[in-house]
Amino acid sequence: MEKCWNQPDVGGNHAGRHCPDIVNLISLILAMGLNSKIKFKSALRGAYFIPNILGALVVGYIFNYFFTYILPAFGDMINSGALSSSMLSNPKLAWIAIVIVCAWQAIAMNTIIYISGLQTVPEDVYEAASIDGATGWKKFKNITFPLILPFFTINMVLCVKNFLMVFDQIMALTKGGPAQSTESISYLIYNNGMSGGQFGFQSANAVIFFFVVVLISAFQLGVLGKKEEQL
Amino acid sequence: MMKKKGMEKVNWPVTVLLILGLITVAFPLYMTIVIALKQPSEMGTGISSILSLPKSFSLLNFAEAMRVTDFWRSLGNSILITLLTVVISIVIHSLIGYAIGRNKDHSKFYKFSYLYIVSGMFVPFAILMMPLVKQTAQLGIANWVGIIILYVVFYMPVNVLLYSGYLKNIPMALEEAAYVDGATTWTTYWKIIFPLMKPMHATVAVLTALGTWNDVMTPLVIMSGSGMTTLPLAQMTFQTQFGTNYNLAFASYLLALLPILIFYLICQKQILNGVVNGAVK
Repeated sequence: MEKCWNQPDVGGNHAGRHCPDIVNLISLILAMGLNSKIKFKSALRGAYFIPNILGALVVGYIFNYFFTYILPAFGDMINSGALSSSMLSNPKLAWIAIVIVCAWQAIAMNTIIYISGLQTVPEDVYEAASIDGATGWKKFKNITFPLILPFFTINMVLCVKNFLMVFDQIMALTKGGPAQSTESISYLIYNNGMSGGQFGFQSANAVIFFFVVVLISAFQLGVLGKKEEQL
Repeated sequence: MMKKKGMEKVNWPVTVLLILGLITVAFPLYMTIVIALKQPSEMGTGISSILSLPKSFSLLNFAEAMRVTDFWRSLGNSILITLLTVVISIVIHSLIGYAIGRNKDHSKFYKFSYLYIVSGMFVPFAILMMPLVKQTAQLGIANWVGIIILYVVFYMPVNVLLYSGYLKNIPMALEEAAYVDGATTWTTYWKIIFPLMKPMHATVAVLTALGTWNDVMTPLVIMSGSGMTTLPLAQMTFQTQFGTNYNLAFASYLLALLPILIFYLICQKQILNGVVNGAVK
């Protein structure tokens, strides 16, 4: 039982805790950029979405090579000790690599959703705001952000869900290692249940996981409902 | 809102920044292409020799990768599974969506079925994995048939939600008129409602297709005994055969990514619309 609680904690939580915020921030900035008056708008939007349509497993294999060979070689070139060994073989850093790969794909998705959110904000609201003297950051904080709040919630829900479920990337990058430091719940159930012979034990783990997911979903739906009321 | 667009000038700094930012998207793809085109002898050790353009253009790696991973067969399997899943999903889920969407406001049974089906969205595959492996094996459907059945069930919650939500945009008057003209519910559905739900069919098709095409976990645990592989799964199964020949491996990865990239380039607009519709609704 103790193992049950501790293990999923390791990989799942690292990713779950840090990522949604960073991913959402980057996507929001990207979406603001892509929604402003720029040249090659549709081409850029199309290009930024490419990571999301690619299969996570193959993307994972490509990044595996990147983290094992390219990045250390780059680290050697600039004489950086921290970078010159592979991130994937370091138990403390391996989850960062997983997060980077997940984020690479998640940002594409979230950006597209933010863009569609930004398009729902009518232009005259901005005009009214600038007449009242709002500029830059104030305009964003008081006008844009509250109006796209539902989209923020959608992205958060999507993000947390995807990071909790992460499987393909781990399969391709670390296989749960080094020293089980990047094992996610999905991977744990798969690995120990299918090839480790812990069929019953991992089924129990799955049931616990189910309650966690239900709790998170209920919480998020509650928050979602509340925020939509405010608007 | 629209009329101002022409008058305002282009924001060049943001454009340039965004184009620079595109490097993060392009670099892994560039790396894949360059390595896939090279021979092991050209790789060298330094970062510059790995990432430099290949000296001669040869498709040898691709031919070899196709042979090693049995590319055409796994591509065929992937297409078969994805296509059948999408077609069955559109037919069955739109029917369910119609039945539920039109009745759930005045019938307790339909209301309950709606909540029951949609709550399936919160059940991740990892939880169902173990029992499903046993069940499919015992029912004798631990193969592509079982996979398709499972996919149709997995995508049911989202698709039913989308379809029954979209029905609110279709006025009841149309069906009443058809009813007055003597059409049965069945003909009304196929002649009137089904064609009208076309935008939602596109969304459902895109979401289901992207999900099934890229999925690894389900075929991995269900089909592992049947000797059949899908395109992404083949990359994993043949991982050991690539050994340290990364050029061969990358040629194979590139081949696995190409079909969906080409598909994306052709119907980019539909895919973007579909993804946004699916997520926002």
